[in-house]
Amino acid sequence: MSTVQEVVTEAPVIEDAIPKKAMALGPVASLVILALLIATPLFVKNFIIFQMTMWLIYAIAVLALNILTGASGQFSLGQSAFYALGAYTSAILMEHGDINYVLTLPVAGLICFIAGFLFGLPALRLSGIYLALATFALATAMPQLLKLGVFEHWTGGVQGLVVTKPDAPAILASLGLKVSQDMWLYYFTLAVSILIYIFSVNLLRSRSGRAMMAIRDNEIAASAMGVDVSLYKTLAFGVSAGITGVAGGLGAIAVQFVAPDGYTIQLAVALFLGMVVGGVGWLPGSLAGAAFIVFVPNIAESVSKGLSGAVFGVILILIIFLVPHGARQIAYGAQGLIGKLRRN
Amino acid sequence: MISTTSLRLAALSTVTLAFAATGGSAFAQKKYDTGVTDTEIKIGNIIPYSGPASAYGIIGKIEEAYFKMINDQGGINGRKINFITYDDAYSPPKAVEQARKLVESDEVLFVFGPLGTPSNTAIQKYMNAKKIPQLFVATGATKFGDYKAFPWTMGWQPAYQSEGRIFAKYALTEKPNGKIGVLYQNDDLGKDLLKGLKDGLGDKASMIIAEESYEVSEPTIENHLVKLKATGADILVSISTPKFAAQAIKKVGELGWKPMFFQSNVGSSVASVMRPAGLENSQGVLSLAYAKDASDAQWDTDDGMKKYLDFVAKYAPTANRADSSAIYGYGQAQTVVQVLKQAGDNLTRENIMKQAASLKDFAPDTMLPGVKINTSATDFYPIEQLRMMRFTGEKWDVFGPPIDSNLGG
Repeated sequence: MSTVQEVVTEAPVIEDAIPKKAMALGPVASLVILALLIATPLFVKNFIIFQMTMWLIYAIAVLALNILTGASGQFSLGQSAFYALGAYTSAILMEHGDINYVLTLPVAGLICFIAGFLFGLPALRLSGIYLALATFALATAMPQLLKLGVFEHWTGGVQGLVVTKPDAPAILASLGLKVSQDMWLYYFTLAVSILIYIFSVNLLRSRSGRAMMAIRDNEIAASAMGVDVSLYKTLAFGVSAGITGVAGGLGAIAVQFVAPDGYTIQLAVALFLGMVVGGVGWLPGSLAGAAFIVFVPNIAESVSKGLSGAVFGVILILIIFLVPHGARQIAYGAQGLIGKLRRN
Repeated sequence: MISTTSLRLAALSTVTLAFAATGGSAFAQKKYDTGVTDTEIKIGNIIPYSGPASAYGIIGKIEEAYFKMINDQGGINGRKINFITYDDAYSPPKAVEQARKLVESDEVLFVFGPLGTPSNTAIQKYMNAKKIPQLFVATGATKFGDYKAFPWTMGWQPAYQSEGRIFAKYALTEKPNGKIGVLYQNDDLGKDLLKGLKDGLGDKASMIIAEESYEVSEPTIENHLVKLKATGADILVSISTPKFAAQAIKKVGELGWKPMFFQSNVGSSVASVMRPAGLENSQGVLSLAYAKDASDAQWDTDDGMKKYLDFVAKYAPTANRADSSAIYGYGQAQTVVQVLKQAGDNLTRENIMKQAASLKDFAPDTMLPGVKINTSATDFYPIEQLRMMRFTGEKWDVFGPPIDSNLGG
């Protein structure tokens, strides 16, 4: 608890320059980014579109963690478990239940919401690093649970489950548009991401969001003001898990495969990294954070194959050292600079 | 106009017929797919250089070094090999990304030796839909030899099920009334090998009286062995990776238990299993092998092994020559070079698969004497022969002829 407080409240001077509410981007910046996200796939190879899809999917998962840590001040190293749960829910429904992939996502979200909410109850007793450890246990346990013989008929056990990739709806083809599977999936993911982003921004601006942030800033003060601390803490867990589950479901559809080895503690750590790099508590930073975890390992690998981990570490240390508040700091800095230029 | 077209058509069909007649050996004309030029062949590869399975990264490094040696010797039919290898950190989603990068961005001719059952399963559908060879996958999962459903995917090492079957044959002849206790790793290796063992026992699968599985995350597996001993089993099958194999052999020795002990191939290295387990505990342990063990002194004077050692000294001086993964990479790279030699100037993806499925009695330097690679259009399991061996003194004594498991037709 206290560590998060430090991270969040110790925000730099620049924070005074912008309205306190700003957990989102301004309308102009949002539209520019949206336009770029819509237009880019029209000009690049399918492989890049696939990478961009994965980028958006991880951005959703990072955003979910951001709601939990950035808004309600709770740590989680167990997001990979909810991601896995969502992925398996979608995969099992599609392959065993023959259910349309679109419909599997709300189910995945709902199941993960319930799982997250339930996990949030015992987690109430823990805070700070102890909560981080409890969620860590969840992340390490998940791959083994998925291997259990009892569920093997459904999960495919250690062999995993292959998922069929959806085609673009026939209606697009009849309109004369040629949309590849990758491109369709990208735009579908983009639509889901936008929905989730709008939902999250509104959630944080609502009464519930303010209650969560009040708990983050000072739990005792919040409860004195009449905020139901335990309800909002577990709710934050539930919402975060639910969104992560949707990301997991999308991930399963994009990768066309789920297996226990895809959802190890490494994924949880990567999502955590993404949140820190993007800026804790700043929702648009999720995009930057996800870009970091998708693309930087590739850059590190191209620098040195044997030392890719070390190169990755060096890049990470540089970022933490130079811009400790991540993408948020850069964005605010740029905003300040533009403001100054205007005034001159 | 019409007459010219039909003339051209006629000419074309004659040429096609002529090609068809000459068959797969000598080609008058060069035929290339994406990834090949007169001077270069691009080959893709995916290996976990980081992450939980990074110990296997050595396979990729040895393969890279091997192709460098081939290039220094002038390449294959004048073409240098451009080996593009990426890290997937043993994560299936990352493997999909890297496979797509290799195919769509680097435009390789084929992907060779991607490692791990989960990663290969994840990319299999994609590779087959794109009709790009997923050649010599580095896993023994039996499902990678399904030439009907996945004609663009081929394994290399003996399928785990082969091992189980062969040992079952041995147990049936040597101890037909034995009681088998099985210790297995709870993953694709363990389950596949166990299936092979049961299939091999057939009607007598009831010989297995106890099965104990362990997770790789367990610090010690000793309690499982105490349980197995208590069941009264007199044959112990240990399907385990090096660390656990050594623990098992040591514990069985400490318990004073003297079962017929069969150790799976992956955990049979002299340097990393038998010596750490204690040579006195290791005596009489049985295993199966297809490749030579560089930490075993009996191969020091072997011609093939000398070639391997010269190669390591010159091209991969920092690698541990006794690492079984290094031997693995060498053998695998040598096999793919053989396929490319056979393909000659017809470097299409189709012909690569055709040649990979036409290997006849090919024996890489690092294979045990008598073990040969044979494939056909209906046999996508390249190495199917294994030899029984017994640990005696400080080394493995190979006995009996190479045994074929006949998984493929």
